[in-house]
Amino acid sequence: MRSESDARRGLTRRRLLLGGAVAGLGAAATVGADALIRSGAERGGAPAGDAGPAAAPALGTATVPFHGRHQAGIATTPQAHAAFVALELAPQTDRDGIRRLLSVLSDDAARLTQGRPALADSEPELAEVPARLTVTFGFGPELVRRVAPAAAPAWLRPLPAFGIDRLEPAWSGGDLLLQIAADDPFTVAHALRMLLKDARSAAGVRWVQSGFRRAAGSVPDGTTMRNLFGQVDGTVNPRPGDADFDELVWVGTDGGWLQHGTGFVLRRIRMDLDRWDRLDRGGREQSVGRYLGNGAPLTGTEEHDEPDFEAKTAIGFPVIPEFSHLRRARSDDPRERIHRRAYNYDAAPAGGAISDSGLLFASFQADVDRQFVPLQRRLDELDLLNEWTTPIGSAVFAIPPGVEEGGFIGETLFAASA
Amino acid sequence: MTTAPTTIARTRRTAGLALAAAAALLLSACAGTAAPAASAGPAATEASHLTVTDAWVKAGDEAMSAAFGELENAGPEPITVVSAETDLAGRVELHETVENETGEMVMREKDGGFVIPAGGSLSLAPGGSHLMLMELAGPILAGEEYEFTLTFADGSSTTFTAPAKDYAGANENYEGGDMDGMDLGDAGHGSGH
Repeated sequence: MRSESDARRGLTRRRLLLGGAVAGLGAAATVGADALIRSGAERGGAPAGDAGPAAAPALGTATVPFHGRHQAGIATTPQAHAAFVALELAPQTDRDGIRRLLSVLSDDAARLTQGRPALADSEPELAEVPARLTVTFGFGPELVRRVAPAAAPAWLRPLPAFGIDRLEPAWSGGDLLLQIAADDPFTVAHALRMLLKDARSAAGVRWVQSGFRRAAGSVPDGTTMRNLFGQVDGTVNPRPGDADFDELVWVGTDGGWLQHGTGFVLRRIRMDLDRWDRLDRGGREQSVGRYLGNGAPLTGTEEHDEPDFEAKTAIGFPVIPEFSHLRRARSDDPRERIHRRAYNYDAAPAGGAISDSGLLFASFQADVDRQFVPLQRRLDELDLLNEWTTPIGSAVFAIPPGVEEGGFIGETLFAASA
Repeated sequence: MTTAPTTIARTRRTAGLALAAAAALLLSACAGTAAPAASAGPAATEASHLTVTDAWVKAGDEAMSAAFGELENAGPEPITVVSAETDLAGRVELHETVENETGEMVMREKDGGFVIPAGGSLSLAPGGSHLMLMELAGPILAGEEYEFTLTFADGSSTTFTAPAKDYAGANENYEGGDMDGMDLGDAGHGSGH
């Protein structure tokens, strides 16, 4: 649905900015220009022409603004690498301690995302390649309770237990989320190190989950990611610029301190690659309802073709099976949608296994209960993919709004209870 | 990062003279100058030419700590910082880190204060020059902002705030003192630790 128009828009922008002459500069320059265009757009809808064609930055020097109405790393075109970190507040970290923690981490993020070392950065040279680094903060139920107990949105709690869940505490819960994402894994590593150093007197690490997509520049912009099952994953995903993106993602005026923020769910979904191997290509496509080749629905030819759930096979069965992931994930209620921003994970296998892989299913939605939970219920009840996938981690966080320069992430929560 | 030329030669000045001068300046500093004067007036003060950026102070609950930052002199003359103070500490000394007779890197009070050359800068950093905080009033909390005042040779002064940060380094040896901790900031100098 969106691909065509978006691709066209992208092409137009590129042509507008660069003209034909720059085409000769080669792939690297093009990537840089794309990044420039993207970060220009992310600055908050400034016309692409404003960015100007001057000195297309290399991939490494591209930056995403830290300050703004919304936090970065949500409507930001997904970077190639991400680390999701859940911190657990120390028992003695009270409201004032949380304010101090958020002040330090906000300042670190403001600097590092712009390619500047954090204060007291003992490896300042490692900060010189921002590579579209974003740091996105999320608050778990316990953090909100310690700051302003009455301010927690109703959905800020663990998701209801689903039958398919095999949740492990090691991948679940947490008080403070940091989503650290960049197009260079080295950049992610340094930012992670710096932020954890600065958190250590107030909080400890509960879990770190690292994920990846295709390397930046390795596939055309706007390519839907694939997961490690080989599936095109995320075709139907509200994207920034879509008519209803804002409504689906950003908390509105009734959200109080959370206005312009959002809700975040991270599910660690183990994918049994070894059992998946036993399934032939036809079976794989039936399970998801899409062709593996280009992600087109089984009733279509192109990835973004609208699936036809009424179409029947010669013997009268639906072409897109009732049990397929595509059918089960689809709601008739357009409000029951989420903005996905997933990453793959591929951990070291243990105990004789040859794979420990899966998906870090990250999604943003204004109201977790209203948007995420109904969708997950349908998948829980029936989804053939459940045969090969198991949720082993789950966490819910409230993502506060962004801040202006000099502010700290979470300041509206403190104001809410002042 | 720019480091001002060190003024080792000046350290040979008689201690008595320097102390007397510092005391006099301290008295004049108590006149209550705060932030650098926005309009420098006919006779620009040292404070009006100096900016402090990226300041921070090491958090902790030890007896001592240190503060760091970048001091920049936009003026046409060298600026001398003769003293520093903060409510955090009963005493603040201006320290430099130098090699002693046995080849060890040690920190000691900088005779004559910090000099920032005209149009230049001085980096206060772990392993180098810094503001040494002694007789701390209480723990320094990471993430809290603390206020510091620098007083210059002409009696003017400037105030800045510095957030506290957890930092594992900045454990320089104190000349003649008994500070615990290794000389991590200067491990590369082969100080024998």
